[in-house]
Amino acid sequence: MINFEQVVKSYPGGYTALAGVSFEIRHGELVVLSGHSGAGKSTLLKMIAAIERPSSGSVKINGQDISHLKPTAIPYLRRSLGLVLQESRLLFDRSVAENVMLPLVITGHPPRDAAKRVVAALERVGLGGRDREMPAGLSGGEQQRVAIARAIVNRPSILIADEPTAHLDSAYADEIAKLFKSFNEAGVTVLVSTHDDKLFAEYRPSRLVLGKGLLIGAAAS
Amino acid sequence: MNWLNVHARAFAQAVTRLASQPLGTLLSAMVVGIALSLPAAGFVLLENVATLARGVSGTPEISLFLEQGAGVDDVGEITRRLQQEAAVASFRHVSREEALLQLERGGLGDVLGGLGSNPLPDAFVVTPRGESPELYERLHALFSNWPAVEHVQLDSAWVQRLHALLGLGKSAVLLLAGLLGFALVIVTFNTIRLQILTLRHEIDVSRLLGATDPFIRRPFYWFGSLQGALGGLVALATVWLSVEALGPPAASLAATYGAVFSLSGPGLHEALAIIAFAAFLGWLGSAISVRRHLAERLV
Repeated sequence: MINFEQVVKSYPGGYTALAGVSFEIRHGELVVLSGHSGAGKSTLLKMIAAIERPSSGSVKINGQDISHLKPTAIPYLRRSLGLVLQESRLLFDRSVAENVMLPLVITGHPPRDAAKRVVAALERVGLGGRDREMPAGLSGGEQQRVAIARAIVNRPSILIADEPTAHLDSAYADEIAKLFKSFNEAGVTVLVSTHDDKLFAEYRPSRLVLGKGLLIGAAAS
Repeated sequence: MNWLNVHARAFAQAVTRLASQPLGTLLSAMVVGIALSLPAAGFVLLENVATLARGVSGTPEISLFLEQGAGVDDVGEITRRLQQEAAVASFRHVSREEALLQLERGGLGDVLGGLGSNPLPDAFVVTPRGESPELYERLHALFSNWPAVEHVQLDSAWVQRLHALLGLGKSAVLLLAGLLGFALVIVTFNTIRLQILTLRHEIDVSRLLGATDPFIRRPFYWFGSLQGALGGLVALATVWLSVEALGPPAASLAATYGAVFSLSGPGLHEALAIIAFAAFLGWLGSAISVRRHLAERLV
């Protein structure tokens, strides 16, 4: 489903974020990507969403090489993914419902169907009935849940999360981890990066460990 | 239908942005409107001057003077030829007797009486179909070659002067419109640049969620076009108010020359053209700005 082959990412100035990484993630897997800060986790996740392009090597999703995807094709790739970033990246001048609806507006969903999906997504993340609230009135954990609802509202087959619990206390972090596990059980391929090795331990995920741009550990569930 | 939906959504988004900053919208519309009102007023003024000039000077005519010895047959031949000429709107024959009578009535009876015989020739006064200097030149050449025609008097100097003046005026108005239109494009360019900076976070997030460039650009295009159109409406209102204010004194001035004149504002077609032109310039400014500022990948 997701296939990295000898992927190198280096930047002008000589810094190398990934120095030849290869791995494969199968459909329906729950994969935890770990490593210290600067190990290359975010760069790797950004490549799957075509936010970054490899300097060499190839990145394939469902068999399609996205390393040299045309700029006009990138939005359509991103629509097939659910993306959760370290910061919630919500629009604070829009309500919770409007934030969650944004991917559906972008894809031109009929408003009635979109509204139903938003309600369902918010209930899925435990925020049912709070659709009219503004994000500023929510806690950090709740804001991250809104971001997760926004990521799943388009029913993606792949969910990618870059340290979604980085700014949350352990109780909130456990709830978020549980949510990702529930999505995985529903058939979604989940790739989540974290620097907390214990966070997903009880779900026995597959693991990828990065260090200084290299894959230094891998274990299947 | 989907195409209509996405534009309806982008239009609604642009209207929301305009409405969310009423003072800024008003000020931008005023800047655009006042800039556009100058060439618009110039155009209206030129149209009114052209109308006034036609009214004061009457319809230009060409006079054909026949040879002294021209007879009834010659007059008949000229009449026949004038009737067949498509470029002639109307004509009248002034016989040598009638011309003499007119001069006598004008107070020259004593002078003419001393001559013994009537020195005046038969003449035709021709009104051409049209006012272009080229037409007058062509008819002049044609009539000069007709038999029994001694002299053709072309009273087109004033027509040429009028056309030259109006042409100069039109060029000046076009130049002014070009310069101020460029200013309008710059104003819109800057407004959209500031909007893109303000909405940078929303644009970033939308791109992460799969928004295409056209999806992001459309509301800005509509915003620029709407701002331009609002400016066009302000320009029209300015011109109309000016016409209302200057109309009575202009009519009074014309009355002192014995002319009836009323200053008129732009008609429906001109008004629509001004609004469409302003909207186009707004769109152009936003298109350049969006192209320039969204070209930088934000995520």
